[in-house]
Amino acid sequence: MEYYDPKDLARFGEVGKFRPDLAQKFFEYYGAATGTDGALSRREKALIALAIAHSKQCPYCIDAWTRGCLEAGSNPEEMTEAVHVAAAMDAGVTLVHGVQMHNHLDRHGA
Amino acid sequence: MKTLPTTPPDFEALVASHGLRLDPRPLDTLQLNVTRLCNQACHHCHVDASPKRTEQMDRRTADRCLEVLAAHPSIATLDLTGGAPELNPEFERLVVEARRLGRRVMVRHNLTVQLDPHPVTGTSLEHLPGFFAAHEVVVVSSLPYHQEYFTDKQRGRGVFGKSIEALRRLNAVGYAQPGRGLPLNLVYNPVGSYLPPEQKALEAQYRRELLERHGVRFDALWTITNMPIHRFRAALERAGTYDDYMARLAGAFNPAAAENVMCRSLLSVGWDGRLFDCDFNQQLDLELQGPDGAPVTIFDLDLEALSRRRIRFEAHCLGCTAGSGSSCGGATA
Repeated sequence: MEYYDPKDLARFGEVGKFRPDLAQKFFEYYGAATGTDGALSRREKALIALAIAHSKQCPYCIDAWTRGCLEAGSNPEEMTEAVHVAAAMDAGVTLVHGVQMHNHLDRHGA
Repeated sequence: MKTLPTTPPDFEALVASHGLRLDPRPLDTLQLNVTRLCNQACHHCHVDASPKRTEQMDRRTADRCLEVLAAHPSIATLDLTGGAPELNPEFERLVVEARRLGRRVMVRHNLTVQLDPHPVTGTSLEHLPGFFAAHEVVVVSSLPYHQEYFTDKQRGRGVFGKSIEALRRLNAVGYAQPGRGLPLNLVYNPVGSYLPPEQKALEAQYRRELLERHGVRFDALWTITNMPIHRFRAALERAGTYDDYMARLAGAFNPAAAENVMCRSLLSVGWDGRLFDCDFNQQLDLELQGPDGAPVTIFDLDLEALSRRRIRFEAHCLGCTAGSGSSCGGATA
């Protein structure tokens, strides 16, 4: 048995097993936030979701949003750029903490 | 891990569970598949068309189709498909005569056939844009994406570049130009095992990209779902994703799309004259049958009897009813 079985993605709804009221609120919110055209198009939202899926390293989300991007009219070039945005943000988040390291060095005379 | 396909979902049970009855409507389109010969051999092709195929409609059958059009003015549209229909020697006569009868003539034109030599005779078909314009043919052309990568992946190396050149030639003779009355519609179908994007949003994307990057204009974009038959089904089975794809189509069943399936108002004629509910059924040999079980052909067409027929549905029909629906004219819901 795999810990991340791709078939488990289709069972996402089962998270409502014990508190269906909370799950229902979540799925309504999720659908409204990601599945509708608004100030951002569904295609743009799918690319954001794909970037976050990589940054969070969620296999379910990568499967779901790779498909989601294609079904919103995107293409591998745009999707790859989205993953680079995620990677650059992750690198930046790490690197900007270097300033904290410098602050510490300064405070302690190093 | 690859899996063998299991029993596909039951289309008719799904339709019935939504309280729908998909009976024939008045016939408005006669669709002729005049040849399986094609200058291309696309990965998704439900006809398994290629330069090696030999089946093509003969003159006698083409004449009979024209007689049927002449006898039934309510059939407003003649839709010519293949293979590449232009490769059949009867093609231009069918167009000219159907136009003379006042019918709208639609051609499923793969674009590259303008530029490639005829796979059998080697002759040039570069005159096609002028011929189409002279006879006010509605041109419907597949372009799987507005970029090279997806298009060439599905239709073969170099197809995107040739398609753009062919579109420019159609534009040059007046297609998709305001006020000229020469419609040029493009067809999108997914390169892989996913559903098409929303038609209007994708059309806007195509319009912007093709004009800005290539100076190409078109009228409408039609999105079509890949049918899980023949080459595409074989690809799904090789990848072990046939069951997933069928489940996805069934899960996306849309009753509004089902109401408008094209087989309710279209009749498909095979190269050999046999009749079918649609071109997909034709490729699966799901022919119309008489009371004795014998195939019904264009030579014994009886529209009144056809209007009482039971359309033959099977699991692949889920491809026409998923999401926004799919037909030879794009989304249906």
